[in-house]
Amino acid sequence: MKQKTLVLGVIGSDVHAVGNRILDYAFTHAGFKVINIGVLATQEEFINAAIETNADVLLVSSLYGHGEMDCRGLREKCQEKGIGDILMYVGGNLVVGKQDFESVKERFLAMGFNRVYPPGTMPEVPIKDLREDLGMSEE
Amino acid sequence: MQAVLLIDFGSTYTKVTVVDLDSEEIVGTARAGTTIETNIMDGLNKALAEIPEPSGGWNFVRKLACSSAAGGLKMMASGLVKELTAEAARRAALGAGARLLEVFSYELTAQDLEKIIAAKPDIFLLAGGTDGGNKEILLKNAELLSTLPISLPVVVAGNKAAAVQAADLLRQRHAPVVVADNVMPDLGVLAVDSARMAIRDIFLSHIVHAKGLDKAEEFLERIMMPTPAAVLSAAELLAEGSGSERGLGELMIVDVGGATTDVHSIAKGDPSKPSVTLKGLPEPFAKRTVEGDLGMRYSSEALVEASGRRLYDYLGWTDEQVASQLGLFKENPWRIPQTEEEAEFDAAMGRMAVGLAVDRHVGTIEVIYTPFGATYVQRGKDLTPLPVVIGTGGVLLHHPNALKILKGSLFDSAEPTLLKPQKPRFYLDKDYILAAMGLLREVAPQAALRMMKKYVVEL
Repeated sequence: MKQKTLVLGVIGSDVHAVGNRILDYAFTHAGFKVINIGVLATQEEFINAAIETNADVLLVSSLYGHGEMDCRGLREKCQEKGIGDILMYVGGNLVVGKQDFESVKERFLAMGFNRVYPPGTMPEVPIKDLREDLGMSEE
Repeated sequence: MQAVLLIDFGSTYTKVTVVDLDSEEIVGTARAGTTIETNIMDGLNKALAEIPEPSGGWNFVRKLACSSAAGGLKMMASGLVKELTAEAARRAALGAGARLLEVFSYELTAQDLEKIIAAKPDIFLLAGGTDGGNKEILLKNAELLSTLPISLPVVVAGNKAAAVQAADLLRQRHAPVVVADNVMPDLGVLAVDSARMAIRDIFLSHIVHAKGLDKAEEFLERIMMPTPAAVLSAAELLAEGSGSERGLGELMIVDVGGATTDVHSIAKGDPSKPSVTLKGLPEPFAKRTVEGDLGMRYSSEALVEASGRRLYDYLGWTDEQVASQLGLFKENPWRIPQTEEEAEFDAAMGRMAVGLAVDRHVGTIEVIYTPFGATYVQRGKDLTPLPVVIGTGGVLLHHPNALKILKGSLFDSAEPTLLKPQKPRFYLDKDYILAAMGLLREVAPQAALRMMKKYVVEL
């Protein structure tokens, strides 16, 4: 099966580089082609990278609590740029304070994300979900 | 004497440089109007006649030329995303010494195709998609280009998984069609060398003939490259050195012309301060930018407009004074300043052109405030520690105070986000030999380097 491509980055004014490295390693190790756009990534950088590389998924991290603001409108921009059907995953410390994760998840699903992960999620979880969502058979 | 003849067939002037390889000295330089309409050799012979011939007549061991005559190497290019493969294609074309008319992004529109037909570029550079990435754009644009009513040389430098198929589509209409390596093989990776070589090969094999320059090739060995490519090559040699002969290190060359201002930097431009995040497309080590609206004569009105209040503040002139001076240039683009005021105006215009061209060439730094404090994002090259800035071009050479003009390239604390050189040494290419030395590099690199070190003088 053709290798699947994903665009990985930390969105907004967020400089958390360590987790980004770990995710890069974990997804590459799991057999994905990882296009890592790094920290301080804008929505446009995610979208442009996905267009040039014909990516299958946007993997958005946010660890500084402002994810809700930074992610709003991403799906609409994808639609505008002709990649409206691309899979979008998001995870990290998405909001400020101790909010109920179910309500956070609902908000991000409503924004057009396909999967939303709470703090502390191990990479194995999204890897398994990716294989399922992309119709890849388990090796 | 081992005389070498080096010629630059320019858009206006044919410039001739004769050097002696034994003594590594300039025997003479001269220029005459370029005669592309009649016979390109007329202008060359006229210029050469101005250099005193030795008693035994000329006996050139090598005769090399570069050219920007007949409109230069006109190119158009296309990519997918404007900031990514389209930008990579732009840099490849500029690095090859092209006069780049336009860069298109996404699918070519009917209007884009009209523009291509009207401009009839000498070479079209088709890019788009990273290797293994988007294939559709290369194939679609190849298909659209193959419907054109004209045949063009095309270089395909896009997604390698689609490049051969795109080339086959293009060959139905165009020739030659050359496949080069992808200008952006991976996201954020710039690889322009292969495309540059392909452009130069087509220039040698087709363009020289198409522009009627091959009349000169009966007399010369070869028209080797477009003039801007020769200047960039000289800049690389002067920076990096050759064998045991050391270069000057990282440097910038500012070429202020009548129609454009070119900036070449041979420098990595990595962040000079800690905790700076680099964003955007990586920069080529040898980078060339061309500013079509920053020229001293043909584009003087555009230059005044681009400078805005800065020019008036610097000069202290009224709008009427500036307008009347511009009128004089319009009447005669080759006007040499007649009075002190005119020389002052020229110096101010030169300084604006240098300043703005370097502003656009260098990188920027931006402060981003995060919940954990300020952090810095750099885009493009940080040239603040750059040690050498070299001036060339007719305007600088004929001006009594070239240093004042060149200082437009300096870092300005009022605009701290522009990463311009802070404490460089300034040099002047006083004999206008950089293009000639780029040519000489092809046959005698160490001699070319030593001569540049001798004839490009510190101000």
